[in-house]
Formats: sequence, structure tokens, C-alpha cells
Amino acid sequence: MVITKTQLILVVACLATAACSAPASTNAPAQPSVHLLNVSYDPTRELYQEFNKAFAAEWKQKTGQTVEIEQSHGGSGKQARSVIDGLQADVVTLGLAYDIDSIADKAHILDPAWQKRLPQNSTPYTSTIVFLVRKGNPKGIKDWPDVVRPGVTVITPNPKTSGGARWNYLAAWGYAWNHSNHDEKKTREFIAALYKNVPVLDSGARGSTTTFVERGLGDVLLSWENEAYLAVKEFGADKFEIVNPSSSILAEPPVALVDANVDRHGTRKVAEAYLNYLYTDAGQEIAAKNFYRPRSEAVLAKYSDKFPKIELFTITDVAGPWKETQEKHFADHGRFDQLYKPKS
Amino acid sequence: MSKLRRHSVIPGFGLTLGYSVSYLSVIVLIPLSAVVVRGVAQPWPQFKEAVFDPRTLAAWRLTFGAAFVASLINVVFGLIVAWSLVRYKFPGRRLLDALIDVPFALPTAVSGIALTAIYAENGWIGRLLEPLGIKAAFSPLGIVIALAFIGLPFIVRTVQPTIEDLDPAVEEAATLLGASQFTAFRRVILPAVQPALVAGFVTAFARCLGEYGSVIFISGNMPMKTEIASLLIVTKLEQFDYAGASAIALLMLVSSFLLLFAVNFGQWWSTRAQRREA
Repeated sequence: MVITKTQLILVVACLATAACSAPASTNAPAQPSVHLLNVSYDPTRELYQEFNKAFAAEWKQKTGQTVEIEQSHGGSGKQARSVIDGLQADVVTLGLAYDIDSIADKAHILDPAWQKRLPQNSTPYTSTIVFLVRKGNPKGIKDWPDVVRPGVTVITPNPKTSGGARWNYLAAWGYAWNHSNHDEKKTREFIAALYKNVPVLDSGARGSTTTFVERGLGDVLLSWENEAYLAVKEFGADKFEIVNPSSSILAEPPVALVDANVDRHGTRKVAEAYLNYLYTDAGQEIAAKNFYRPRSEAVLAKYSDKFPKIELFTITDVAGPWKETQEKHFADHGRFDQLYKPKS
Repeated sequence: MSKLRRHSVIPGFGLTLGYSVSYLSVIVLIPLSAVVVRGVAQPWPQFKEAVFDPRTLAAWRLTFGAAFVASLINVVFGLIVAWSLVRYKFPGRRLLDALIDVPFALPTAVSGIALTAIYAENGWIGRLLEPLGIKAAFSPLGIVIALAFIGLPFIVRTVQPTIEDLDPAVEEAATLLGASQFTAFRRVILPAVQPALVAGFVTAFARCLGEYGSVIFISGNMPMKTEIASLLIVTKLEQFDYAGASAIALLMLVSSFLLLFAVNFGQWWSTRAQRREA
């Protein structure tokens, strides 16, 4: 067998790396480090980057153990499906409770009563739905009734494919529900008028932001509050402004421990501490800095210039629990599909 | 078997066949059979409901229609592109030739975003089309544009070798025998490239049926109007409706399979016909 020069170089390179990496593993810390996988949804990327660093430092100081936290981001529903299909998440931090309910339902790897295990519906931070309009607000959009006016174009993603879009829909639904004395027919007319103004249904919240900001389509973008702040920060306050409606929905992106997975990995303790740390003042500060509304009154007061007072209603106030709402509004042939029924 | 072994230069027929079959099984056959199993394992009314409700029907019409139109456009322009690349020497020909493969290599999401940026109302081309009352992005036309982009290399790359094999002397002979340019094209060139054109058309068509990434950006995804079939699969998955998603997937699998079967059968048939002529 003839050994070529390249092969020789490769062999030498392999030996060299093996030699270098070997001593590194021998002087590992006395306590083995621990891994956590946090499966989250799209807009929390920056939030958890900062939070993970803070938690790792805290845990190291408390227990002397190194914790390495891996992040996975994607559409909330898609992430839930990955966990159902076997992605080894220790904790899930998703866009809406329904997605975590589905993990409990389909894969039976976490307690169906998970939402009662942590304070405040297992939601350490919240957000809401606001309007992003073009500078100077040329169409004079102040509140929900302006959004359904004929001649106003509205950008919002498709509630069938996007969790954020479901919060948008429910915010509008809740406003109309509360302002029509809970008249279902009038509320549905309001929603129909709203979606008549929508020319494009992107598949995700980021897609809608791109359509509004980059393609120049639409007069108003219905958006997560944190996403709206990011857009203004990214593209300049000279181009866009945020309009707060008189009332909106309290969007609750919850967090949960995946029981079967933490027990298999032996990470229950650190995973519990991780989620609890979200509720501490330090965790709440990080959430607020990343434009999520903190639950802590004290931290909220500190950032009150960022989070103006909007009258907030919850999904249970206006539509019922998530599972029921999903069935009624967003399942096939639900309320949303009926808006697009062909006239036969 | 013994014959094959005798003629083979590289030894190991059994080994290579074994590898081929197991590789194809792991990569292609087993995943696809999962779709079939999941799709079939549901009561018929539920399957029918998923596949034939008005919204899905509208998506089928749009998907097949747009893929057909886009592939047809590509047959015409792909032939012209392939012809000019093979028959003429001009500066930048190699570069142009390499550019044909870009739609192959580019992540489809990138092409989708790029096409949308160009064809949206405030984009370079969209801005010119808007005064004419033509809405390119966020309409069925946008879907056709995206699919034409995706399908182009399939046609050009299938037709190119046939044109390379075509001897220019044959065209000269036709002209010398008194055929007009058009007749020479119709009676001499077209019959020679036609099998390749058909094969290119069908592979491009099959590819376009399943395209997702580039289309969802430019289509606007309006129910009943600009929703494609693969978006409905994602929609169903988003509701954790695995059965419904598999039902639509199964139908797409069957149509792609039938198309590819048609191509192979067509190729076999035309080579047999040619052989008989010779």
C-alpha cells in the first residue's frame, strides 16, 4: 500500500489533535458539568442568551457545578412537534400554552397539570399585542376600530401556522367581545372586517414583520410588543412608531419542565432552579430588558417608560382555555376558516 | 448474473448491489413508506375530508396549475437558453452556463426572499408592473415566477446534451434541400430534442409540485386564493393533525411517483421507437 502525502498529513493532523485534546479532558472539574436543553420559540433568542449566562454564573456560585445550557429556537408549534417526536428537551419555553398541552397530550412526557406547578400560570414574563405604524401615523390609527376601517391594510400572519398570529386574532376578538356586551355575532363581524383588510398572511410573525418593514406593505402591523420594539430599534424610530390600543390581550408564553426527560437525564434539580430563576428579580430584569413584561410589580415599575399601561384581558376572560379556543377558532372549519369560506 | 460478472471491470457486483439497495432503503424507501403507512392508516371519510375539502381542492388546483404553467414557460425559454449555450460561442458563456445551476444550489428560502424583494410592489420589477395593474408578488403569478425559477435548471440540463449531439450538418442539409428555417426547426430539430424536452418538463413539474421554501414567501398564503398544497401540510402539522398532513402528503407522493413513472416509460418507449427506425 502506498501512502500518499495527503494521507500522511491527515494522519499526523489526527494524532496531533488527539494528543492536544487528551490532557484537557483529564483535568476536568471534580464535579461533572451538567447539560440542559431549553427548547424555545423564535423571538426569545436574545432573552435566553442573556438569561443563560446569568443562570450559569448563579448556579456555579451556589453549587460549584458548571451548567451548559443549549438553546433551540423555531416556530412554537414546530418546536413542540420536535419534542413530541423525541427531541430531548429538559425545559420548554414556548409561545402559547396549547403547544405545551399538546406535548403532554400526545407524548405523555409531562404532567397534564403542568401549568399549575409554577406561579402565575407558569408564565414568568408576558407580552401583549400592539400596533406598529409608519412614521407620523398617516392613517391615524389609534385603536382597534381604526384597524377594521375600510381602506386600511393590516399585516398579520396566518393563525393556522403561527402562534403569534393566534394572539393577534384573540386580541382583536377580545376587544370586540368586551365592546359588544359579549355578542358573538358582532364579534365575528368585527373579526371578518379585520381579516378583509389583510392582503398577505405570512406563515410566521417574523415573516409579517419583514412584509411590513421591508416590502413596505400595509398601514399597520399587529405585532408582539417585544417584536415591535425590536423592529423600531433595528430599523429606526424615524421610520416606524408604536401605537398602543386602549385594550389588548395579555399574551402568556409559558415555561415547563419535561418530566420524563429530566428524570432520564437526572437534571430535575437544575432544571427546576433554571425555571425558578426566571421569577427572581435578576431574571425579571433580563426579561424586561428584552422587552418582555415582567410579572414582578417592582421591576415593572422600574421599566414603566417601556411598558405603558394598557388594559389587558386574558384569553380565559374572552375565549376560554387554550385547548377549547384552539378547537373553536383555529382548527379546520373553525371560526377562522369560516372567514374564508367560498361563497357557495 | 454470470454474464454481468464476466463483463464488469470493477469487481463486486453483489457488494455494490447490496450497498445500493440498503442505501436506497434507508434514505428513500423506508421514510416514504412511513408516509404511506400513516396516510393509509385512517378511516376513509377522514382521509377524504383532509384531501378533498374545498380549501384543499383550491390548493390542489393552484399547485398543479402553477407548476404546469411554470414548467411550460420553462420548456420554451429553457430550450432557447440551452440552444444558445450549446451552439454559440460568446464571452461569458461559461459563466452563464454555471448560473443555470444557481436555483439548484441556493437554499429555497433565499430564492423566495430574493424574488419577493424584487417583485413586491416596492421592488425593482414590481414597481414597473404595478402601474400596468399587474400584481406579481402575493398572487398566483408570484407562485408561477418562483416555480419557473426553481424549474429552469431541470429543463436546460436535460435538453443540453441532446442539442450537443445534434449535428449542425443535418440542419444544413435540410436547408439545402429547400426547407425554410421554420420547417427545419419543426421537422428536424424539434423531433430530436422532443423526448428530452418532455422528460425535462415532467421532472421540473414534479419538483414544482412539492416546492415550499421559495413559494411561501412570495405567495401571500391567502386561503382559497394563494395557498399551495405543501403549505396545507404544514398547517395541519401545526394543529398536530398528523393524519391529515399524511393524507395530503400521500397524494403528493402518488402524483410525483406517477409523473416520474410516466417519464421513464416515455423514455423507454421513445428509445425503442428510435431503435426500430434505425
